[in-house]
Parts: sequence; C-alpha cells; structure tokens
Amino acid sequence: MSETDAKLVLPRGADTGQAGVSIGLIFLEFLIVGATSFGGVVPYLRGSLVTKRHWIDDKEFVEMLSISQSLPGLNATNMAILVGEKLRGALGSVAAIIGICLPGAVIMYVVGIFYRSHGDHVWVTAALKGVAAAAVGMVLSTVVGLSKKSLANKLDFVFMALTVIAVNRLHQSVPRTLVAVGLLAILFHRPRKERKENVVL
Amino acid sequence: MNQIPALVRVFAYLSLLTIGGGMAAFPEMKIFTVEVHKWLTFPQLIHLYSVGQMAPGPNMMMIVPIGEWAGGVLGAIVVVLAFFGPTAVLTFIVGRLWNKLEKWPWRRSIQQGLAPVSVGLLLAGCFTMAKGAIFGLETATIAVVVLLLLLNYKINPALLILAGAVIGVLSFKP
Repeated sequence: MSETDAKLVLPRGADTGQAGVSIGLIFLEFLIVGATSFGGVVPYLRGSLVTKRHWIDDKEFVEMLSISQSLPGLNATNMAILVGEKLRGALGSVAAIIGICLPGAVIMYVVGIFYRSHGDHVWVTAALKGVAAAAVGMVLSTVVGLSKKSLANKLDFVFMALTVIAVNRLHQSVPRTLVAVGLLAILFHRPRKERKENVVL
Repeated sequence: MNQIPALVRVFAYLSLLTIGGGMAAFPEMKIFTVEVHKWLTFPQLIHLYSVGQMAPGPNMMMIVPIGEWAGGVLGAIVVVLAFFGPTAVLTFIVGRLWNKLEKWPWRRSIQQGLAPVSVGLLLAGCFTMAKGAIFGLETATIAVVVLLLLLNYKINPALLILAGAVIGVLSFKP
C-alpha cells in the first residue's frame, strides 16, 4: 500500500483504528496540531487523536499522557512518539514527531532572526518585559496545577522543596538532584501492597 | 569557531533533564548557553523562552534561535535533533516495554516518586527565570495576575502572554 496517498486514506482512517492509517496521514495530522496548538498541545492532541480521528480512545490517551509525563521529554513530542508507534511503528513515530515539531521550529527560526535584528528596539524591549513576566505567571500556574493533580502526600511537598533547594540554592545539577531526592521519593513510595509476598519469602 | 559539537553535547544533555516539562531544564540551560558557551545573554534567553510560549507546537522551540545564532541553519537543525532525539528514542523504547512494566510493582513507585521531583524541577526553573524577569512592582503584578487568571478561568495561556506584550509596551515604553 502506498504511504503517500494521505488524502485517499483519509475517510477510512477515521474508524478503522491503526490498520488503515498511512504514514502521510500521521504526518499531516500531527503537522496540523503542531501548527494550531497555541497555548499548550495536550488539549489539541486530544481533539485530534481521540475526537476527530478515533486513533486512540480516551483511556489510552490518559495512559499515554501519564507515560509521557514521567519520562524526560516534552509531553507534545513524547505523545507523538507513543501514538505514532501505536499506529505505524517506528516510521509512525518519526512522522508524528517531525510533523508536530516542524511548524513551531520554522516560526521560532523566523522569530529568532527578527529578534536578533530588532530585539533592542525600545518598543520590543518594553513588550518583552511584559511577555517574560506573563510567562513566569504561566509557568507558576503549571506548577500549581501539577502539584494539585499529582502530589497527594504531605511528604511529596517536602521532596518538591528539597528539589528546589538542591537546584536553586545548592546549585546541584538535575541528574544529581534526581539521584538524591528522586531515589528518596521513590523509596518512600516503594511498593507496599507487595509486602505480603515478601513476608512469605 | 565551530560550535556544532558543543551544541550537540549541550542540547542532548539538556534533553534528558526535561522531566515534567521543558522548564525543568531551564537552570542548566542558563548555565551552559549563557555562562559556559556565551551563545546568548540571560535576558535574551528569558525573552526567547517567553516568546516561544506563544508559538504553536512543543513549547521549547526557543532552542532553534539559539542554535541558529551559534551555528547558522545547520546549528538550528542540529539543536532540534539533539534536544528531541534522545528523549524520543527513550520514550519509544519505554512505550514498547510499558505493558510488561505494568506488572512491575516499582513502576508505580517510580511514577509517584518522580512526580514531586518533576514539580520541584519546574518550580526551580521558574525561580531561575523570575530572577531575570521580575523586577519591581509592574512585572510582579503581571506575573501574579496571569497566575490567578489561569488558575481561576479557562483562558488560552498564549493569549495572556500576548496581553503581557501589550501591557509591557504601555507601561515600559520610555
């Protein structure tokens, strides 16, 4: 089967799941998400992959998102890898990640050239002060949202604080911080229900 | 001087630090791109990161201009490959193993244990950035208002960053 006739496969891919999805269509769909997902990729991905294409269902989406969040890498690109793999294996992953990255990369390439030549213009400097301050607020809201969602235990907040202190105050690298605080936190959350088996052993 | 090997090394390393989000790599991105290799200044890094939040797609495409400034078109391409390649391969492998890992009791422990650390890494990145972006009452007010709006209403964050630009022009224009 040809992998380039994305348009011909388009109606079929809608309900047959992974079987009928061409590499071209995977690339196209992730390219569209990559070009339109202003303000955060996850809701756009859900709209595209679950609602529009039915390539994965909601349960799979949440599962893949949780894998994406616990691995290094951005949610957007990790999701592209996982969904691409599910649809068409390694080639699907490559098509999906190139598609989702391409538009933003081209836009930022142009922005970079513009910024280098006009970045010191008084109006641009003034606008960028406001943009940077707003971005700090945005990242903080992500931190609050994530901690509400994934930090259940009081000690989790201690682990969080230790991480901040290690990086910002003690100027430790992220790998070192991960080994020290991460291991501590993982040991704290060690599997306990399995203890019965251990006792038997 | 040829910066390509250094770009590959730095961004491949930073790639593996993005646990929880791109912001987790920000403190070390500052150390390597600003202090060690001097590809750009700290204010420029903050500006690129912030402007990058308005672009669609993965929110760390601000690495493209860094690569372009240091190494031209090739630098831009190399940076994208180095920054997204290693995590892509890792995710691909783990994705394939995931079903087997499902039964491994430590998988949940690792996920639960990494959650507070990843939130802490994001917060640390945020503090590093705030040091260069928040000075005086106006910028602090903008950050707090954006935070409160995002926590209480469903607003597209890209629009608020854009609003920040408008407020910036109105309040900081000499």
